[in-house]
Amino acid sequence: MSDWRPTADLAALEKRAELLAAIRGYFNGNALEADVPCLGRDGVTDLNIDNIRAQVNGATAYLQSSPEYFLKRLLAAGSEDIYYLGKAFRGGESSNRHNPEFTLLEWYRLGWDEQQLMSEVADLLSRLVRPNQPAVHRIHYGDIFFQVTGLNPHIVELDQLQEYAGELARRSFGGETRTTCLDLIFSLAVEPALPAGLCLVDHYPACQSALAKLGEDAGGNPVALRFEAFLDGMELANGYCELTDPAELRRRFTQDITERQDQGRSAMGLDENFMAAMEHGLPDCAGVALGVDRLLMYLLGAHAINDGCAFPLN
Amino acid sequence: MANYSTNEFRSGLKVILDGDPCSIVENEFVKPGKGQAFNRVKLRNLKSGRVWERTFKSGESLEGADVIDKDMDYLYSDGEHYHFMEPDTFEQHQADSTAVGDAALWLKEQDTCVVTLYNGAPLSVTPPNHVELEIIETDPGLRGDTAQGGNKPAKLSTGAVVKVPLFLDQGEVIRVDTRTGEYLGRAKD
Repeated sequence: MSDWRPTADLAALEKRAELLAAIRGYFNGNALEADVPCLGRDGVTDLNIDNIRAQVNGATAYLQSSPEYFLKRLLAAGSEDIYYLGKAFRGGESSNRHNPEFTLLEWYRLGWDEQQLMSEVADLLSRLVRPNQPAVHRIHYGDIFFQVTGLNPHIVELDQLQEYAGELARRSFGGETRTTCLDLIFSLAVEPALPAGLCLVDHYPACQSALAKLGEDAGGNPVALRFEAFLDGMELANGYCELTDPAELRRRFTQDITERQDQGRSAMGLDENFMAAMEHGLPDCAGVALGVDRLLMYLLGAHAINDGCAFPLN
Repeated sequence: MANYSTNEFRSGLKVILDGDPCSIVENEFVKPGKGQAFNRVKLRNLKSGRVWERTFKSGESLEGADVIDKDMDYLYSDGEHYHFMEPDTFEQHQADSTAVGDAALWLKEQDTCVVTLYNGAPLSVTPPNHVELEIIETDPGLRGDTAQGGNKPAKLSTGAVVKVPLFLDQGEVIRVDTRTGEYLGRAKD
């Protein structure tokens, strides 16, 4: 017999509806909801994101892995503070914490930096998670990484990182890049060591800047003005002091495209509409994306993302 | 054999790791939102029985291992090898004591076992969950002592020693659970 019933029970789905309403309530009056498309002509060049392709009226289109480019085009066009609450899609991602289709909250604050936005993430969560509010910790990436591994991630030699990663993975990481080693060590060793509650981790290594501006920490290390939020050790949100320099953006995208080719991944061209908007000028701003399904998992005390989803693909 | 990518790693899939045949036990997908995806994999080494943990980058692949389980009748041991036969084709296979391992304690002629073949050769042997074996050595039975607790060691025809109730005697046939080595009861004739 066909298993037509929802994966989540009805109480969980009620909680989901309450959460979506509470998020919209939080932004009511201080940011505009931007209902940008899920289907676009371009995908992203990001090395670690698989775009899901669609055929639309005989042409290729992509399900959007995040609303970021559309939202930034709105900001470049003169929009006020905006947020998106809706679906995003990433191929190849499936686990107790991943679904290829998921619900994302992403918002932008004009004139803010990532530190101000981190405070707002804490404020938003303090209103959404009730009555037992999580403790809030602000931690620098380099500090927690050093605490767990004894290595300074900003300056450690690559071969030392490879050796540490290899020990964790129990196989050679000899040929791997700096950022792959950092990702492995952070996921396997650092995340489980994060304190309970809400951890706002900032000052990411410069090689993990993605679309964030670069800066310097107190020790003079170059760092990305990027943060992530973890709730009881589960990655929840990722935010930037947004890079606005179009030449630097083009350089990072071109590097991604070259690396995609080297890895034999599907080719992905530059999104020229996005680039044109960046050349027109993205105002100084900070932006963050937050996984709503994972926040719901936390609120439900669930171990699997599907416990809060009605009809997941997997 | 085909290669299998991390996203095809399902529990029970047989692959080769570091030259040994392994069975996937668990496969956990780990991915930072902006970072490299990994698969944390637990594999049972089918030669040693040990469980290995390895972390792969998602998309990496391992060569499949030609491993199959077959029901076979146990025939006899010639002292060095244990001989098995496929009941449908009558094809015979000989396994050495490394492959048979502790299963030797429970092998009774004509019993149907599961023989795991790797590249066509026996890799391991799993005896039936329950076997019936004769007691060849134990202290004399205490008549009438069927209700009291207490037990004593008894040596079975295969050499296995199990704990049995005090009333049992040499020459009796008992049922044993081969997974735990526990006495289950007298065999029904």
